[in-house]
Amino acid sequence: MEKSPRNIMPLLDADKRCNTFEEVAIGFSKETAVNEASRCLNCKNAPCKNGCPVGVNIPEFIQQIKCGNTDGALKIIKGTNSLPAICGRVCPQESQCEKYCIRNRIDQAVAIGSLERFAADNGKEDSINKIEKNGKKVAVVGSGPAGLTCAGDLAKMGFEVTVFEAFHKAGGVLVYGIPEFRLPKKIVQKEIDNLKALGVNIKLNTVIGKTVTIDKLKKEFDAIFIGTGAGLPMFMNIPGENLNGVYSANEFLTRINLMKAYLKDSDTPVKVGKKVAVFGAGNVAMDAARTAKRMGAEEVHIIYRRSREEMPARKEEIEHAVEEGIILDFLTNPVEILGENGAVCGLKCVRMELGEPDQSGRRRPVVIKGSEYETDFDMVIVSIGTSPNPLLKNSYPQLDTYGKGMLKADEKMATSVEYIYAGGDAVTGAATVILAMGSGKTAARSIAEKLNVKVE
Amino acid sequence: MNKLLKIRELSPCVKEYVIDAPEVAENARPGQFVILIVDEDGERVPFTICDFDKEKGTITILVQTIGATTMKLAAKKEGEYIHDFVGPLGLPTDLSEYNKILLVGGGVGSAVIYPQSKELAKICKADIIVGARNKELLLYTEEFAKQAENLYVMTDDGSAGEKGFVTTKLKQLIDSGKKYDAVFAVGPLMMMKAVCDLTKEYNIKTIVSMNSVMVDGTGMCGCCRLTVFGETKYACVNGPEFDGHGVDFQEAINRSKYYTEIEKDHICRLTGGKR
Ligand SMILES: Cc1cc2nc3c(=O)[nH]c(=O)nc-3n(C[C@H](O)[C@H](O)[C@H](O)COP(=O)(O)OP(=O)(O)OC[C@H]3O[C@@H](n4cnc5c(N)ncnc54)[C@H](O)[C@@H]3O)c2cc1C
Ligand SMILES: Cc1cc2nc3c(=O)[nH]c(=O)nc-3n(C[C@H](O)[C@H](O)[C@H](O)COP(=O)(O)OP(=O)(O)OC[C@H]3O[C@@H](n4cnc5c(N)ncnc54)[C@H](O)[C@@H]3O)c2cc1C
Ligand code: SF4
Ligand code: SF4
Ligand code: FES
Repeated sequence: MEKSPRNIMPLLDADKRCNTFEEVAIGFSKETAVNEASRCLNCKNAPCKNGCPVGVNIPEFIQQIKCGNTDGALKIIKGTNSLPAICGRVCPQESQCEKYCIRNRIDQAVAIGSLERFAADNGKEDSINKIEKNGKKVAVVGSGPAGLTCAGDLAKMGFEVTVFEAFHKAGGVLVYGIPEFRLPKKIVQKEIDNLKALGVNIKLNTVIGKTVTIDKLKKEFDAIFIGTGAGLPMFMNIPGENLNGVYSANEFLTRINLMKAYLKDSDTPVKVGKKVAVFGAGNVAMDAARTAKRMGAEEVHIIYRRSREEMPARKEEIEHAVEEGIILDFLTNPVEILGENGAVCGLKCVRMELGEPDQSGRRRPVVIKGSEYETDFDMVIVSIGTSPNPLLKNSYPQLDTYGKGMLKADEKMATSVEYIYAGGDAVTGAATVILAMGSGKTAARSIAEKLNVKVE
Repeated sequence: MNKLLKIRELSPCVKEYVIDAPEVAENARPGQFVILIVDEDGERVPFTICDFDKEKGTITILVQTIGATTMKLAAKKEGEYIHDFVGPLGLPTDLSEYNKILLVGGGVGSAVIYPQSKELAKICKADIIVGARNKELLLYTEEFAKQAENLYVMTDDGSAGEKGFVTTKLKQLIDSGKKYDAVFAVGPLMMMKAVCDLTKEYNIKTIVSMNSVMVDGTGMCGCCRLTVFGETKYACVNGPEFDGHGVDFQEAINRSKYYTEIEKDHICRLTGGKR
């Protein structure tokens, strides 16, 4: 087999990037897309497909791009994935579809994600045919990818769907968490407009469990889907965490993304230090670090107790962060945040070394004795994970949970209460957009079955 | 979008707004709060539910004009709309385990004790102390007079009621032999701290309502965190009311000042320097 290198996604220059929230990845031109598509071997058993949590028909849509039919490609993708412009941008492709691509054995995987994004950005969709209503009503709680997908699928089956969202904008993590430079908000807005065009009613500023109770929803709707995400930030529980200048990644990103604190005249304030420490090494930590840099921080450090290999963030995101000048401090663990006049002035850290593998198979970091040291920092962003918000569960204890408060759901996404389904991060704990969408889809099908509505 | 049905000026810098919000009113309980956004892309700011009417579907809030957002709100007229309004948030007050309660309100903190006084008036009337810097800043004195067993009005300069702080009166009452099982005190952080310092000496349970800086109000940002008996709590979901004897007021006061400089700057840009 002849080698042909994978087309590289064009990026905004790293030095320009640091002063703007413009999207970093520019997207393939049609020429590049067709060229990349021609690298696909159109495998009969298409192993790539098995790596995609929603089973996008990858070879088929790529063949359409290859012969110049972008609209056709989009139609095929939309058959299984209702948010391709988003997934093409944020799916961890290297550990999903692209991981299983046969071309890995010859040179490199086909750029499936970039092609999916190309089709979504450039393809035109068929106008929606009139949907016949089936007379049944479903309430969807939360407007993240799980809720949006479930709502869209149900609406297409003829259900009357109302989405309830606590925030004043729909989109969940897609609008308050993932920054503009990775996922422009107008793309999310377009998907939400599409849903509205399908007749989905979106009710903002409504906290289920507070504004409206689950009992009331149960009376007014035939079924309920809960997609409330995993929005509760975890802290390290070390001294100094309540000093001024210590943010959770959620707070920092929400102030900037949702509340638009990146605009000079924004009503919502945010304070960014000169030297910023970010605790954690996942996608969220990368986003927080790169956002801090764009907000004017001179030096941003990622502080992580393991080594580069164990970093949970996507490879691409780590590379982009490093290109932007983010400094990675490995095998380092903060033990105290130091304060002066009530504000952060430094960190006390210890050095770690990798010991025996733990349950997750990763080598466990252990403290090197006597390695404690102090350094200056004037801001800290804690990004060590999130768990589901207990607010809804507390107001409706009939819902069974497990672990850190995740809702229990079976393979059909049914919870412990009849007619209530759940999916996304609320069930799995912090995971991915595509998994959340997948569960929203499954739940939509289960709800239809339960309410005796025929599914094609 | 929620309509401002009625606006009443209570003092030069405090306005009462009656807002059309039937869904919020339906489940509202004393002690809870709302978060509102005045205009598109505005800031999310929390206010205590001062009164609610389930039949009319309205929520009443008392707002002190102190910064950019409250200035924008103050510029609105009756019949106009605010962009977003969400609630009721936080846990409702539970005073059911106490028999003899003293309510203490300072400044707009009176907004928080008003629904309590109304609720309590149904069972047993409470003693109430309200205080302000001067006569002009006193709120709801007529309304409180109707609800209270005894109402004590205090001003810093003596322009109305008695001259002195709310704590002056509180100490007097306790020393004169009045017995209370609980004090419910709401006002500026410094006032709540002073009340707690005093009641600690007399070992009287004291509940305070913490007005931490907030963003979402649903527990997902951690911005509103404070320390109570050595543990981190979120004012928006674990509160806003806490046992005042456990609250780390020093930390709370420090956190409340975090954005002061930026906010001042913002107001200067809005008004050209005047407040
Ligand atoms: C900064 C950041 C970066 C990320 N980057 C990636 C990435 O690159 N790739 C990837 O695949 N994944 C990424 N993720 C993870 C991904 O975004 C989540 O897994 C996904 O959004 C989960 O979707 P969801 O629908 O379950 O919940 P969410 O997106 O969390 O949405 C839940 C919604 O429910 C609302 N809600 C909560 N409680 C209530 C209530 N009681 N009443 C009404 N509404 C309520 C919330 O306000 C929210 O809008 C990232 C996450 C973050 C935070
Ligand atoms: C649970 C709760 C209940 C409250 N109830 C009332 C009330 O009934 N009446 C009333 O007048 N005020 C109340 N407040 C305070 C009110 O939210 C602030 O006065 C308001 O946000 C100030 O906004 P600003 O932009 O006009 O002023 P700014 O100039 O922005 O701020 C002035 C000061 O207000 C505080 N503040 C600023 N932003 C916030 C925020 N997002 N959340 C909380 N505090 C903030 C800070 O201490 C700041 O220094 C309450 C606060 C909380 C948390
Ligand atoms: S949805 Fe995600 S995993 Fe599936 S094909 Fe697209 S990029 Fe790959
Ligand atoms: S495995 Fe790779 S080459 Fe084969 S069909 Fe999938 S994308 Fe194309
Ligand atoms: S305001 Fe965000 S957690 Fe309380």
